[in-house]
Amino acid sequence: MATKIVYSPLPGIFYRRPAPDEPPYVRENDTCAEGDVIGLIEVMKSFHEVNSVASGKVSKFLVENEATVIAGQPLVELEA
Amino acid sequence: MRINRLLVANRGEIAVRIIRAARELGIHTVVAHSQCDGNSLPVRLADDACEIGPPAAAKSYLDIEAIVQAAQAKNIDSVHPGYGFLAENAKFAQAVESAGMIFVGPDASTIELMGDKVNARTAAAAAGVPIVNGSAGRLESADEVCEAAEAIGYPILVKAAAGGGGRGIRIATHSSELPRLVPQAIAEAQATFGDGGVFIEQFIARARHIEVQVLGDGSDVIHCFERECSLQRRRQKIWEEAPAIVLPDAVRRQMCAAAVALAHHVQYRGAGTVEFLYDEAAGQFYFLEMNTRIQVEHPVTEFVTGIDLVREMLIIAGCGKLRLKQEDVGVRGHSIECRINAEDPARDFMPMPGKVESVMFPGGPGVRFDSMLYAGCEVPPFYDSMLGKLVVWDESRSRALRRLERALVELRIDGINTTQPLHQVLASDGDVREANFHTEYLEPWLLRNSFKLQ
Repeated sequence: MATKIVYSPLPGIFYRRPAPDEPPYVRENDTCAEGDVIGLIEVMKSFHEVNSVASGKVSKFLVENEATVIAGQPLVELEA
Repeated sequence: MRINRLLVANRGEIAVRIIRAARELGIHTVVAHSQCDGNSLPVRLADDACEIGPPAAAKSYLDIEAIVQAAQAKNIDSVHPGYGFLAENAKFAQAVESAGMIFVGPDASTIELMGDKVNARTAAAAAGVPIVNGSAGRLESADEVCEAAEAIGYPILVKAAAGGGGRGIRIATHSSELPRLVPQAIAEAQATFGDGGVFIEQFIARARHIEVQVLGDGSDVIHCFERECSLQRRRQKIWEEAPAIVLPDAVRRQMCAAAVALAHHVQYRGAGTVEFLYDEAAGQFYFLEMNTRIQVEHPVTEFVTGIDLVREMLIIAGCGKLRLKQEDVGVRGHSIECRINAEDPARDFMPMPGKVESVMFPGGPGVRFDSMLYAGCEVPPFYDSMLGKLVVWDESRSRALRRLERALVELRIDGINTTQPLHQVLASDGDVREANFHTEYLEPWLLRNSFKLQ
């Protein structure tokens, strides 16, 4: 087991849900595949998907929903 | 003049623009800004500033209560909303007036009427303004859309009643698409605008977007002629001109008169824009929507008419009276505006926030650069990507194009990528030079010309 980190590709606001009234893309302890969407970054009024870098278990979210993030900031920890 | 202390409830280049107009009128300016804009150009230029909340617009520039409280704490007597954010929010206009301040714009009831695109269509028709063949009122289901579409004929546009500005629009070419498309459109309208109502209009191919600037004081209305805004990407304007050289004089007169008739009909106060679709082949124009605010592209009208539109807004709001008469307004020469956005045209217009290392602004005769930039400024990721507008004027359209090319050579923004290279390619394009374009022109052009933007 190795720990992998998903970093934010862009600066902006991080969202864990596709829309405010929908469930999160993934929760802690869920498993996800490489390339799965784990969140959205809103930058300058446009939305960009954040994809998982590996297959494995989501061990920890490192930022809150709707947090302000910078490019390269760690978002999620995976057990791959 | 009842305006002495003005709150600028906006950011970026339009906040700078409002501060400049206000200062020339001897008005004290206070900028309301979010936490990340404390070092912005408008904050540096204004007489005073106050922080209204965190960076996310919903918690600052869109927070009505925070803005009204800040205004009261600063002894403000009037509020200018700029464009975007709360500029067309009737509740905000009402809250400002209820707190005993002047809202620099129309009545809350006018904003509400024109904000509902179905009611706006009805008002236009009542004022004798041509409207596109469409549904008589709001539609709430796929069946209702289907029935209305049969009477109109395909293709049709499905639009959100509470939409506008090109948002929430879908095109259907056949009835078989409706069961899939209409629930999507209704759900999106509900999610985006809090109102699931839609309406439909006949789709007019190869139409141009031409709009008329109006100024009113609640009883008198004048127009300041038209702008041509057909070069759009994802229904957002990128390049605007005044005048629209394709309009025959007779059509120009009719279109301007129609805009004045609608503004009269709703007893319009302040600066507003009546947008039309122009079917060049048929020589017909149709009402699209009315924007109850100052628009991004207002400088092209200022260049050709010599009128300072933001100043006139402040005078109308502060004195209650339109100072200009229709015979005072004429057009001389030609003006073109290019929107300089923090987007990389070589990478599908990827947003590019970041630090601007250095800037060199174009100057000389007939050149104006309205922007929020200075060397070392930060472009935050939270807001619209527009950094500024390069606007030129010259005696004729062909000279204005040459001047635009010259100004684009002078403009330098280092540190982030912008849409400047796109405008350099557009300015030298054969069709653009002939003004041979329409609202669906730019997107296929981008596909054909992407290699020039690499």
